[in-house]
Amino acid sequence: MKSLLAVAVLSLAATHAVAAADEFTLTIKDHAFSPRELKLPAGKKIKLLVVNQDATPAEFESKPLGREKVIPGKSTGIVSLGPLKAGRYEFVEEYHETEAAAQGSIVVE
Amino acid sequence: MFSAAIIVFRESLEAFLIISIMVAATRGISHRGKWIAGGVLLGLLGSAVVANGMERISSVADGMGQELFNVAILIIAVAMLAWHNIWMASHGRELALQIKNTAREVTDGGKERSVILVVIALAVLREGSETVLFLYGVANSGDNGLRDTLLGGAMGLGFGAVIAGLLYLGLLRIPVSRFFAATGVLVLLLASSMASQAARLLVQADLLPSLGAPLWDSSAMLDQRTVLGTILHGLVGYESQPAGMQVLTYVVVLLTIATAMRWVSGRAKPDLRK
Repeated sequence: MKSLLAVAVLSLAATHAVAAADEFTLTIKDHAFSPRELKLPAGKKIKLLVVNQDATPAEFESKPLGREKVIPGKSTGIVSLGPLKAGRYEFVEEYHETEAAAQGSIVVE
Repeated sequence: MFSAAIIVFRESLEAFLIISIMVAATRGISHRGKWIAGGVLLGLLGSAVVANGMERISSVADGMGQELFNVAILIIAVAMLAWHNIWMASHGRELALQIKNTAREVTDGGKERSVILVVIALAVLREGSETVLFLYGVANSGDNGLRDTLLGGAMGLGFGAVIAGLLYLGLLRIPVSRFFAATGVLVLLLASSMASQAARLLVQADLLPSLGAPLWDSSAMLDQRTVLGTILHGLVGYESQPAGMQVLTYVVVLLTIATAMRWVSGRAKPDLRK
């Protein structure tokens, strides 16, 4: 009986761990993304922290992901993603989107 | 300069299209010019306030404040547009008749004026605050391109105004008897499109499931970021890679408002015989 309870608690904890989102970080500095290419796992909930180290506001935008978020200067924006299918998803910092450094992509595998 | 023009064009066009559709849709309401101007002014003022408080807005609700704030704005606008269309379903014929017979503005629709004011103010506020943040960023980045950016921004704004002006002039060519039916369709599509944007933000905030992300990808056929794509996005809510939840919301809101309009217009018919 005790072991059954232990199994139940363990499996509950396990499902909870699966449900919690994995965290990844993307940094903007001098209007440039790093990394420019971010690898993310497929089929999982993801919490993407976009850290804007510049003093000026930035806008993280991805049409393929359907995400658009203003990140004020010197702050971090949270973008929740997924579960994602494998593939390549482009994103830009909209205020500087014509500059190559302000363009990047998320590779899901 | 051109990138500034493109960004400001993209942000402002949606607001411009909403303004010109609202100006057309409220034809015949007296003193509407004042209420339109009031809405634009309020919206611009609000843009500055929101841009200034973006940091605070962003940090509430576990970092989802921005999404929830915009969802609230969109839902209020959708409700206002729905109310407008349902009101027009019973008063449109009356208004058209009076415009035809007297070519004068009708002193009616006190509530319609608040719809004009609020919808336009919210449209300008939502699109304007992002433009303000963009321009603020350029002004503070120390680039010597500030003059170029402002010039580009003015160009983008001008281009948006021209397209919205053309839409308005085009609408005015529609015969009066069918005029409000046409603006009603535009307002209906506008409301559905705003509802789908609210759904996208709720998916982004992880409060709604995406139901397919994206449901389809038509970006190879018509990229949303092109001029035509931007215009269609502003007019009918076109998106090249929408989430399933957005499409569902769009259809449900469209059918709901259309049904309410039919119901009200069916009930209003006997009154005309008086």
